[in-house]
Amino acid sequence: MASFWLAMSFTMQAKEDGKLNIMFDHYVGKQPLQFDSVNYKNGASQAFTVTKFKYYIGDIHLQRKNGADVVFTDYYLINEEEQESKKLMLEPLPAGEYAGIEFIIGVDSLHNCSGAQSGALDPVNGMFWTWNTGYIFLKLEGKSPASKSPGNFFEYHIGGYKQPANCIRKIRLAFNKVLSGESINELHIKVDVAEILKAKTIIDFSQLSSVADFHNATMIADNYMDMFSILSTKQ
Amino acid sequence: MQYGLFFFVSLVFFGFTGVNTYFDISKEDVELKIPKGFPKPVYTFKNNKLSPEVFVLGRRLFYDPVLSKDSTTSCASCHQRIAAFAHIDHALSHGINGLIGKRNVPALQNLIWNDAFMWDGGVNHLEVQPLSPITNPIEMNESIAHVIVKLKADPAYVAEFKKAFGDTTISSERILKSLAQFTGLMISSNSRYDKYINGEDTFSLAEKRGLELFREKCGTCHKEPLFTDNSYRNNGLKPDTSLKDKGRGAITGSESENYAFKVPSLRNVEMTYPYMHDGRFRNLSQVLDHYGSAEKYGANVSKEMYEIGPLSDQGKKDIIAFLRTLSDKTFIYDRRFVDPSVK
Ligand code: HEC
Ligand code: HEC
Repeated sequence: MASFWLAMSFTMQAKEDGKLNIMFDHYVGKQPLQFDSVNYKNGASQAFTVTKFKYYIGDIHLQRKNGADVVFTDYYLINEEEQESKKLMLEPLPAGEYAGIEFIIGVDSLHNCSGAQSGALDPVNGMFWTWNTGYIFLKLEGKSPASKSPGNFFEYHIGGYKQPANCIRKIRLAFNKVLSGESINELHIKVDVAEILKAKTIIDFSQLSSVADFHNATMIADNYMDMFSILSTKQ
Repeated sequence: MQYGLFFFVSLVFFGFTGVNTYFDISKEDVELKIPKGFPKPVYTFKNNKLSPEVFVLGRRLFYDPVLSKDSTTSCASCHQRIAAFAHIDHALSHGINGLIGKRNVPALQNLIWNDAFMWDGGVNHLEVQPLSPITNPIEMNESIAHVIVKLKADPAYVAEFKKAFGDTTISSERILKSLAQFTGLMISSNSRYDKYINGEDTFSLAEKRGLELFREKCGTCHKEPLFTDNSYRNNGLKPDTSLKDKGRGAITGSESENYAFKVPSLRNVEMTYPYMHDGRFRNLSQVLDHYGSAEKYGANVSKEMYEIGPLSDQGKKDIIAFLRTLSDKTFIYDRRFVDPSVK
């Protein structure tokens, strides 16, 4: 028994598990996202600034070329305001060649129905609706002169895990080069706020300054599923 | 006035027992006993292991106005034990700064058999329910993050969290789980009706006739033994144009569920007046007049409502006599749920 464990740990050491650091780099179009100070343009040529941007990522599958996906079941709250939150460290990464990544933006139905939770899913994070239970998957807030709300604010809080308001979206991204399970890998994912406002449907701030119905929520969800792309992969 | 009565009842009880162990909670006190004939509960405490210390912490939180922004309003301000934890005589709830809410305070009982909470079923789990009153601007108007700050500053609470969970961490998860132990054990199953069903008591002729009529006219929705089938129905009330409360429809977004509300349990109904989601009926005879009347509002009124037909005066009286057998004094006076700070 003892010698078996010895042999095991020896081979484990020889073929050390790797890890994957994922950075979520926030942009608006080609410019890096900056709160308050920078004026951007939406798809309807309306100027806007951003004051809040956060969202949930979970159910991460790393896809091996040969073999089953490696799954990380944790949820992560990515928040522009907190630098640390934009870096995910996934380990151990078992040996193998990795060709892509799959994850959801949002929180799955099970975790929406599990009662009191901690960590990223702790309601203290302010991403929880109390009157119609469920996590808010994404918050994008800002200001635009085009918005007709008091103070020219726009505020998109999107969530919902049940039909007809299911806003969970699955994202699949292929790596532009194969990553190996034995080394330290770094993946930069570009997250483009501009896509939330235009990917499939152009959002006009004068028509929509906040979201309160299922139709608009799923419309924005269909947009935000296109905000991710691979920026770089490094070994 | 209501507080006076509340205080008086507690005092009498305390006086009768006369022992200072009255508020002690033993292991046996927190055993989950499923009453005879009840189905399997939805909430099983599987991820929230019942313990006397956690229950005691939950009880303290339930009775502590610290959960509200200006420390004026506790859960018990709205949920009065002597009313089976509903609120006697307020049609709509009264929250912080005297603000009036939009709904009637329901009884808290047999919650672990509910698959959803609130009149519209908008809350999907017993543990997250308290987040709703705590954060509602017209109820307690507080944030859970600030509740944690306040509790951390109170050495008595720090000690109590340590006792309950083994270390001094105060988190939303621990607050919510302790409240769920306290409210989840509020089980009412010892009314005269229960004793009658179990062959331990007898009914008068009126009560027997009432039970029979009830089973025929009301029993599909108010299904025994919990007296609810956990569904959402429109029972034909005229929509209140000032409250504009769409009920279930606002949660599901489905027009066919507008003005449908959760079928409430009728256990302890004698104490939980006024009645309906907006407290529009002062007493049970007004409720029975509604059910016996031909006036029903809404395209989605449940078909059972039309099957009730006119109710005779005698029939109404009999049903009310039966409804009174659902009062459970053992539950109302259960020392485990008494406010330990009222001494
Ligand atoms: C301002 C009055 C008020 C306060 C304070 C209050 N509640 Fe309530 N409670 C209500 C009302 C009103 C409802 C029904 C709400 C609805 O349907 O929207 C309710 C519903 C509930 C329910 C759901 C019952 C069911 O059968 O669906 C539970 C459980 C509950 N409250 C527990 C609590 C707890 C625990 C606290 C303290 C953290 C609390 N309440 C504080 C007024 C209050
Ligand atoms: C179609 C289903 C249905 C039938 C049949 C029905 N009820 Fe109800 N009952 C409800 C619903 C739904 C409510 C809550 C309605 C609301 O508040 O909008 C309710 C509320 C009540 C209440 C108020 C309880 C409280 O705590 O506020 C009483 C009392 C009551 N019903 C008694 C009866 C009696 C007695 C009968 C038979 C004569 C009956 N019900 C038949 C669905 C039904």
